[in-house]
Amino acid sequence: MEHMIRLDELTKRFPGQLAVDSVSMDIPEGEIVVFVGPSGCGKTTTLKMINRLIEPTSGRIFLEDEDVTRINADRLRRRIGYVIQQIGLFPHMTIASNIATVPRTLGWDKQRIAERVDELLELVGMDPEAYRDRYPKELSGGQNQRVGVARALAADPAVMLMDEPFGAVDPITRERLQNEFLRLQDEVNKTICFVTHDVDEAIKMGDRIAIFGDDHGIQQFDTPEMILSHPANEFVEDFLGSGAALKRLHLRRVREVALTAWPAAGVAEDRDTLREKLEDSEQSFLLLLDEQRQPVRWVSRRDLERGEGRMADRGLPVAAIIEPHATLHDALDEMITSNVGCAVVVDREGAYQGVVDIDPVMTAVNTLRAELRERLAVGSWHAVPTETVEEGTS
Amino acid sequence: MSITAADTDLMQQPAPEAEPRSALGRLLRDPGRVWGYIGIPIVVVASWIAVYRWIAGLELDSIEQRWLNADRVSRAIIEHIQLSLAATVLVIVIAVPLGIMLTRPFAKPLTPLFIGLANIGQAIPSVGLLFFLALPFLLGIGPRTAIVGVVAYCLLPVLRNTMVGIQQVDRALIEAGRGMGLTRGAVLARIELPLAVPVILAGIRTALILTVGTMVLATFINAGGLGDLINGGIVNNRTPVLLTGAVLTAGLALLIDWIAGIAEEVLRPRGL
Ligand SMILES: Nc1ncnc2c1ncn2[C@@H]1O[C@H](COP(=O)(O)OP(=O)(O)OP(=O)(O)O)[C@@H](O)[C@H]1O
Ligand SMILES: [Mg+2]
Repeated sequence: MEHMIRLDELTKRFPGQLAVDSVSMDIPEGEIVVFVGPSGCGKTTTLKMINRLIEPTSGRIFLEDEDVTRINADRLRRRIGYVIQQIGLFPHMTIASNIATVPRTLGWDKQRIAERVDELLELVGMDPEAYRDRYPKELSGGQNQRVGVARALAADPAVMLMDEPFGAVDPITRERLQNEFLRLQDEVNKTICFVTHDVDEAIKMGDRIAIFGDDHGIQQFDTPEMILSHPANEFVEDFLGSGAALKRLHLRRVREVALTAWPAAGVAEDRDTLREKLEDSEQSFLLLLDEQRQPVRWVSRRDLERGEGRMADRGLPVAAIIEPHATLHDALDEMITSNVGCAVVVDREGAYQGVVDIDPVMTAVNTLRAELRERLAVGSWHAVPTETVEEGTS
Repeated sequence: MSITAADTDLMQQPAPEAEPRSALGRLLRDPGRVWGYIGIPIVVVASWIAVYRWIAGLELDSIEQRWLNADRVSRAIIEHIQLSLAATVLVIVIAVPLGIMLTRPFAKPLTPLFIGLANIGQAIPSVGLLFFLALPFLLGIGPRTAIVGVVAYCLLPVLRNTMVGIQQVDRALIEAGRGMGLTRGAVLARIELPLAVPVILAGIRTALILTVGTMVLATFINAGGLGDLINGGIVNNRTPVLLTGAVLTAGLALLIDWIAGIAEEVLRPRGL
């Protein structure tokens, strides 16, 4: 199999309205392809033509090298996971029945469905015991969104279509869901088409990005690196907007940079040990960890010396916590809001790994900039003036 | 994958309280409603007892005795309930499937027409009444005619609520269902209908009350029921007879509404 999905000159014309104009695209297995572009440019229509919720006017769709343009649409859709912006959980069904929708349709037996439901809830980080018998209205927006993803994964489809899946949650939850989703994707390795109108989200989530234009066709289809460094035309450049240098920070993940070791100690250790540890370091704060090595408090020398009381109540809470999957852009964001000026990196179990401060971010900016110069020197002539100006100011 | 520190406070967001799982639990959740549930039958039974004691204390003449004996009254009640029940069952059997059919894509163009008709029937009750009065000339007199007339009149709320109930289902849910590969039929059975249940039940409840009330007119075409008492009281100028018929009819309507209200509560899908 060469490509998981192949779109061949797909066109959709609604009465009196061209929605998608001759879109061709090859999507390799296991990649996330993001459709991004201004409102009304045909992203949703293209996505819905892949599972034939909208029938194309002309063109063909291939799934695993099979022409699926004419096959039974219901059966096709059971092979494709689908997540919509409104989440669309059925309010009258429990979380478990929601997730079980497709397996039930496929005729799985009860035992297998129940096991699959629990497995999926765990996969999206929700305790099956606590959540399987609840109703959607008894969950928060972020939790419902995870259930939406679990439901789409239920029958283990090779392909997932996601239309602005994180569009309906607040920015903080969105960032977490994005990171979680990327981590999940490492495990499940699906081929994913993902629609967004947020450039930052596209750069962060996409292995490849398809930029749709006002003419309802694809302006550029390439990796985020190439799109940022070689925008194909003025439209793409305008669409990416200013701050391309900052956006490039989305291309480096925290796990790719060297973490700084920060003085850390268990919250239960006695005060003299803690004071010693802090003094041995050059830092002015000590990071306290609980028994699971999860960061809990930042304490200064003054906090340590202050009279009696539990250590866990002293100092400042640890607010800026990120996972290795987060991008340097996220890290910078957290850093700026953190009271200590750095972001704490934790692993999957929430255990302390190290911290990122501004240095690796600056290094990354510099190397990304150098890489870009090299490419430009090799002969690309795009966007030199704007890039130079922006980099000078950033 | 397990829950990380970053996740945990997302999980700790105060998710709304879990709903009581049993129907009884839901009934009892709201103390104000509990009084409504207990209060109505108490009021109805009390009014019946009051009327009974008042009549028992009266010196009844022969006409009144002919009407107000256990046999005659219980026959009127039973007839009334039978007629109403038959009419309601017919209404449900006709209006619900018709309403469902009218919301299917192929019938889309007809939908506004039927909703309009249903609304007219509701807004001008006399239209139904006229129909009712014209029927005997077509079908002759007797219980069958009474049932047909009442059904024709009480069809409208159920038809309208079935259509509205299905139409108000969030399009996104239908799209989610179709997008996962549910057939149109499966979407109807598993998503649209369950979500329309509360609205449909409300329509049936309205129809029930209308049926019990309108069935009083059955007496005019010789079909029996509590209308006999009311009409007998009027034509013979005997207030105790009229009053017995009226109080029984009103109480019956209230009791049926009470039962329907409980049924609504119990049958409403959880999670809504
Ligand atoms: N059912 C329809 N009938 C007629 N025109 C439609 C229909 N659906 C979409 N369109 C039109 O097709 C074009 C593409 O719509 P589409 O929903 O694919 O845009 P989009 O890129 O997803 O936009 P957004 O970011 O706002 O979601 C728009 O101009 C829209 O008005
Ligand atoms: Mg869209």
